[in-house]
Amino acid sequence: MKRNAVSRKLVLLALFVVGLTGVLGAQSLLGSGASFPAPAYTKMFDEYYKATGVKVNYQSIGSSGGLKNIQDRVVDFGGSDSFIKDADFSKYPAQVVHIPTVIGAVVVTYNLPGNPKLRLTGDVVADIYLGKITKWNDKAVAELNPNVKLPNLAIMPVYRSDGSGTTFNFTAYLSAVSAEWKSKVGNANSVSWPAGQGAAQNAGVAGVVKQTQGSVGYVELAYANQNSMAVAAIKNSSGMWVDPSLESISAAAAGAFPADTRILLVNTDAKEGYPISALTWIIVYREQNYGNRSREQADQLAKLLWWMIHDGQKYVTSLDYATLPAPALKAAEAIIKSITYDGQPLVK
Amino acid sequence: MNDRRFNALLGFAALVIVFIFAGFLFTLVVQSLPAVKQEGAAFLYGSEWNPVTTHFGALPFIIGTLMTSAIALVIAIPLSLSAGIVMGEYVNSSWIRSILNTLINVLASIPSVVFGLWGIEVVIPLIRKLAMLVGAPPYGAGILSASLVLAIMIIPYMSSMTREALMNVPAGLREGAFALGLTKQEVVTGIALPFAKNSIFAGILLSLGRALGETMAVTMLIGNATRIPTSLFSLGNTLASVIASQFNEAASDVHRSAMMGLALILLVITMLAGWFGRSLMSKGMGAYGK
Amino acid sequence: MENNVFAGQYRGRKRKDIFFRIAVMVPAGIVIALLFLILAQVVVNGAKSLNFDFFFQQQKPFGEIGGGIVQAIVGTLMLLATAIVIALPFSLLAALYLYEHKGSKRANGLLSVVNTLQGIPSIVIGVVIYSWVVVPMKTFSALSGGIALSIVMLPLMISMIKESLEMVPASYVEAALALGAPRWRVIVEIVLPAAGSGILEATGLGIARAAGETAPLLFTAFGNPFLSLNFKGPISALPLVIYEYIKSPYDDWHQKAWGAALLLVVFVLSLNLFIGTRKKR
Repeated sequence: MKRNAVSRKLVLLALFVVGLTGVLGAQSLLGSGASFPAPAYTKMFDEYYKATGVKVNYQSIGSSGGLKNIQDRVVDFGGSDSFIKDADFSKYPAQVVHIPTVIGAVVVTYNLPGNPKLRLTGDVVADIYLGKITKWNDKAVAELNPNVKLPNLAIMPVYRSDGSGTTFNFTAYLSAVSAEWKSKVGNANSVSWPAGQGAAQNAGVAGVVKQTQGSVGYVELAYANQNSMAVAAIKNSSGMWVDPSLESISAAAAGAFPADTRILLVNTDAKEGYPISALTWIIVYREQNYGNRSREQADQLAKLLWWMIHDGQKYVTSLDYATLPAPALKAAEAIIKSITYDGQPLVK
Repeated sequence: MNDRRFNALLGFAALVIVFIFAGFLFTLVVQSLPAVKQEGAAFLYGSEWNPVTTHFGALPFIIGTLMTSAIALVIAIPLSLSAGIVMGEYVNSSWIRSILNTLINVLASIPSVVFGLWGIEVVIPLIRKLAMLVGAPPYGAGILSASLVLAIMIIPYMSSMTREALMNVPAGLREGAFALGLTKQEVVTGIALPFAKNSIFAGILLSLGRALGETMAVTMLIGNATRIPTSLFSLGNTLASVIASQFNEAASDVHRSAMMGLALILLVITMLAGWFGRSLMSKGMGAYGK
Repeated sequence: MENNVFAGQYRGRKRKDIFFRIAVMVPAGIVIALLFLILAQVVVNGAKSLNFDFFFQQQKPFGEIGGGIVQAIVGTLMLLATAIVIALPFSLLAALYLYEHKGSKRANGLLSVVNTLQGIPSIVIGVVIYSWVVVPMKTFSALSGGIALSIVMLPLMISMIKESLEMVPASYVEAALALGAPRWRVIVEIVLPAAGSGILEATGLGIARAAGETAPLLFTAFGNPFLSLNFKGPISALPLVIYEYIKSPYDDWHQKAWGAALLLVVFVLSLNLFIGTRKKR
């Protein structure tokens, strides 16, 4: 009897130790950056953990944060939906590469009584964020939406308080369509906003818009859809009113891709294309033997990247991200194959 | 082990503490140099914080910090002084006093992030309604929301310091006054409060130090706009909140360096408030000795 | 006649007295009411999310309902353990230094450094520890978060331990010294045990103070959706989870933020109250 209890305790202890080493021994990777693809990434990494036991910790802190973290070499990979400009490569201690992962849409979402469906042009959106259009029933908005009864409500623009690739793509689009925006505010990950409230990450902007009647914000489509928030149809360069959707994003991404995949998709000339579509990337060092990184860690990372652009893709469409089109996939494969450890390619 | 080694060990620990503090100053000064070099004195009074043009002036955040803290003080002082006077002068039963004490301690120990959570879910909707009433943009977030929650957060410190200051008033003074037939109010406002005023003022300054450096609740409630706030309903940023929302990134090296500069300004401002507070506090104690 | 004047004056003074009483009681009542309001909201909203999964499941991907915050509960415990392991010995030794050199110039200098450290905004601690630990270690980690929290704890613990050392009757020390024991042994074997409960209280309050800190963890512990027991890797914590969840647009996460807030408040309050009642005894 007594011995039985003792042995039971021993078995429990053994189980505990095994469990502990299981948790301790589990391999892990750390990434940080763009919040634009965070719903897709966290979903992918959850599936990846179930399939392989590897825990990929992705912290959604904004693209600028991800770039800074990879530059400081404090993460395994950075996430960004603004690519690194040629002039900025010198800020990195070694050569970095961009691996495209998914394609999404920056949508204009708003909180109005009755959740009406709105149509907006880039010009009007720019004027709202410039602080020139301040009421929802302003003539400029009303003219575009003759069938909607717009309330006499202050418009409260919400923008990103952190440096953001979503902001980059959004302001790239506004700069392309509004000369005033281009000269007054410009196009960058963080800009000096003439009007509105700041919120952290895509989740933060979506959170504020969801809670604030009269507000308008720009977030990735997944955040709006997950929270049943209204999104505007935007007039594209071909003069078509386009709703952000899997199809219209894919249409915007149907063109050619450069070998290093560094391309903006905004203001597409595809007829059915959504005008604020964006590619998002994972940024890693081409040579993985730096600091005290082990070969195992580098292998783990390469395996994850390969999985993300192949098997991982099947988890993103249900969240309304578009998968990589064939030319982008081909370019991504070549880039992953170029990643090395001590000069030896990690994926053959 | 012997006494000499033992003393050396203590001395080592003392040195480590001093080095931590010196290291903080050193790190912040060195790392903020690039931004200070680029901006010069304009780093302090420049009103533009623009990562695109890489111009960094801290004025909007200095104003935001001073504004929120000042409004928080205006709200907190009457409430805390009253609570302190009630606890120090009006409660005679020791168990009621200890219950009140415990309650104030409870309020003091609620984490900042929980106040932020409460502010987002409770204060912001209220302020939004208020803003609509007065015709201000109904963001809800902003200077007023942040200041209100900040006020609630410093009330426990201020009121317990007021209570302690009042309890340090010599019993003889008070008894003599009562014996002369003075009313409670006359004793409190005429004798106890003037006697304790240095310590009470010190308590206010120390609470101000806390308000200036408070980060999470303010970050969650102030609306994170890098403009100079112009009204109670304006959105803004404090030194602490802008660091919390922008530090983990940097559009450029100067941007990161400017953030370190903000941390340095914040450290200096809070240190000044603390030093004044503590020196007043010891003056207050000095009066007690007389 | 004269009597009447005095009576009138007295009535006026009495009235003023009553007015003053009301004028201080009402705001004091508001303070107490606010406290109850906040606590009640934390308890009522937080209790809704407490269930088995909340305590034992990891975080779900963005926007998926369910899961829990086990990673944050374990993370907070690991961070606090790391912090106290660092803070306790240093605060003990530094407090002993203040005790041994009481009144000396150096001790006064150290004391004012300790007081100044106590006033350093916690966000500044986070920023500096990022430069000191995260960048050289080349990763965010539980360790760096623990170090940041230990700096939050240090000044509070030093001054509390110093006070409890000073409460030890001098006669104990003198008696032991008179018996010819070396000073360090008197300290270790007589003073420290006599101040033991005070040291324990300081430890408890240090933990309570650090448990709710968020700002020092943003750039150090960093966060983690998975349960991790690795001190050299990033880790989640209750305050980090509250901050991330309440910002998000997801109702389920808002719910969980309240739950995490309840856990945190209960933990901090029980430490505080436990120590408060101990102290009174």
